[in-house]
Amino acid sequence: MNEPLINLIDIYKIYRMGSTEVRANDGISLKIYPGEFVAIVGKSGSGKSTIMNIIGALDVPTEGQYILNGEDVSTLKGDELAEIRNKTIGFIFQQYNLLARQTLLENVELPLLYAGVSRRKRKELAMAALDRVGIKDKYKNFPNQLSGGQQQRGSIARALVGNPSLILADEPTGALDSKTSREVLDFLQQLNEEGNTIVLITHDHSIAEEANRVVSLKDGKVDFDGGVEEYRRNRT
Amino acid sequence: MNLFQTFKLAIKSIVGNKLRSFLTMLGMIIGVTSVITLIGLMNGVTNYVLSTFSDMGTNMLTVSVTNTDTRFVKVDDVYDFVKKYSNVFEGVSPSVVSNYTLKYGTNSMSTTVTGVGEDYADLNDFKLSSGRFIDYADIKNRYKGCVIGTYIVDELFDGIARVGDTIRINGEVYTVIGIKEEEADSEENSADDCVYIPYSSAVRMAGTAISSYSFAAVSDDKVDTCKTLLDNYLYNIMKDEDLYKISTMAELLEKVTEMTNMMGSILGGIAGISLLVAGIGIMNIMLVSVVERTKEIGIRKSLGAKRKDILLQFVIEAATISILGGTIGIILGWAATTNIGNAFGLDAYPTVNSILLAFGVSAGIGVGFGFMPANKAAKLNPIDALRTE
Repeated sequence: MNEPLINLIDIYKIYRMGSTEVRANDGISLKIYPGEFVAIVGKSGSGKSTIMNIIGALDVPTEGQYILNGEDVSTLKGDELAEIRNKTIGFIFQQYNLLARQTLLENVELPLLYAGVSRRKRKELAMAALDRVGIKDKYKNFPNQLSGGQQQRGSIARALVGNPSLILADEPTGALDSKTSREVLDFLQQLNEEGNTIVLITHDHSIAEEANRVVSLKDGKVDFDGGVEEYRRNRT
Repeated sequence: MNLFQTFKLAIKSIVGNKLRSFLTMLGMIIGVTSVITLIGLMNGVTNYVLSTFSDMGTNMLTVSVTNTDTRFVKVDDVYDFVKKYSNVFEGVSPSVVSNYTLKYGTNSMSTTVTGVGEDYADLNDFKLSSGRFIDYADIKNRYKGCVIGTYIVDELFDGIARVGDTIRINGEVYTVIGIKEEEADSEENSADDCVYIPYSSAVRMAGTAISSYSFAAVSDDKVDTCKTLLDNYLYNIMKDEDLYKISTMAELLEKVTEMTNMMGSILGGIAGISLLVAGIGIMNIMLVSVVERTKEIGIRKSLGAKRKDILLQFVIEAATISILGGTIGIILGWAATTNIGNAFGLDAYPTVNSILLAFGVSAGIGVGFGFMPANKAAKLNPIDALRTE
């Protein structure tokens, strides 16, 4: 394999709460290569949300270096981070996070809007993304007129539309029933087979086992990092 | 994200919250309407006052003299003085003003009777509908003839008066020699409520010397020259500035204009306060809106919205609300100004300046008062914003 897409080098994230110091990430190093499907798993308080924020360029580490796609992201400021998020990362959230007052099409167009893509091109790309997740016919609907599964597909379409290098999914099945969860996971696997790099954040071991590689966090440190087979063996 | 898309987003958000948007706008509407209406009406009043005064002649100077036993102004000397400076003076007329009872048959009324010279009608630019004005012979002979206005015709003659009719003024018999053309709808105390008699007759009837003269300058810009000449002339005779007084219509006009302008500024200022209150209302709503839409801001930021994108979104939303309110205010203000103006018989219309001012202030308030909440939104941390429900 060539250059890693994500290269986390000795990442620390330290919060100060009064006089006590909380080390949410306590020296995490991790390399993720293009085309991988990695699950980051951990209990609440393990530091998985913090590392997700850093990987997603929503936050920067207190110490350490984060190289994303060959660029050092760890020292960037607000607007530069926004640019990175816009161009490089596609987010899939637990609560879908579609804007309630916008139609499905407008929601999917949002990242392109902020990227400055022309109107016609936006519509073309957004419709293609909706077609890919199989809800093209719903493009005029508002989010509250769609089922949970459809909304999550909409948010996947929004993550895909800018053709990002990385898809970052934060508990994507957390609000779905088991049948729709299965569909979404199958779809993520399909996207991975098509060559997309996917990082899945979850607290659920069985969901984590859908990935090809599992990184388990505990107390802000990497507890386990290896293939899914090895992970499964370790647990039982 | 360009301006047009941001604007569309703002419209969407305003339409999505109709009642709230309307209530926010209401402050702006009331503020702008009152500014435009008050300034427009004040302007109408000023114009009305000015035109009334101009009708009375802006080239006129009035002199009042307090004659003493040893120092007094003689009528013939005044006429000679005016003839000497005929390059600046158009003419002069003494005026002897008294209140008398008028009688015609069984009708009687009380009004102002003015003793004047033969040039009075020309100096004041009024015309007669029948008969003739007082002439030089009438004055020399102390002829008891009078010229009456249409209000007198209506009140004393019950509407029909002819040249040659006789009336009693203060008990003395006068013949109507002319009737003045109607000027002001024959209202009481207007230019149509008048009786003119030769000043010589008036002096005799009142038993006093002539204490007042009306001078006319050849043009408005010669008024100051006339005033200086008169001042010198009168001082030479009276030797005391307190014994005579010269007032010009132009000075009076200036005072009145100054006063109405001041009134306009005060009223406009009071109305302006309501614009300020409207601005605070907009800021308040935008602050609430930012809190309400924290999650939306978080989502937008996570998808790549920059600070200026969010800032612009909220500033434009605030500006749109206030400009919309301002525009409605301008339309209402226009309607109110012309309608109220009509009701009072004023020729009132909103001035271009007041419209520009109102529009500028409403747009400025929108941007100014929208900026603080917008900046608050733009500075939100995406992680915290995403976490809120």
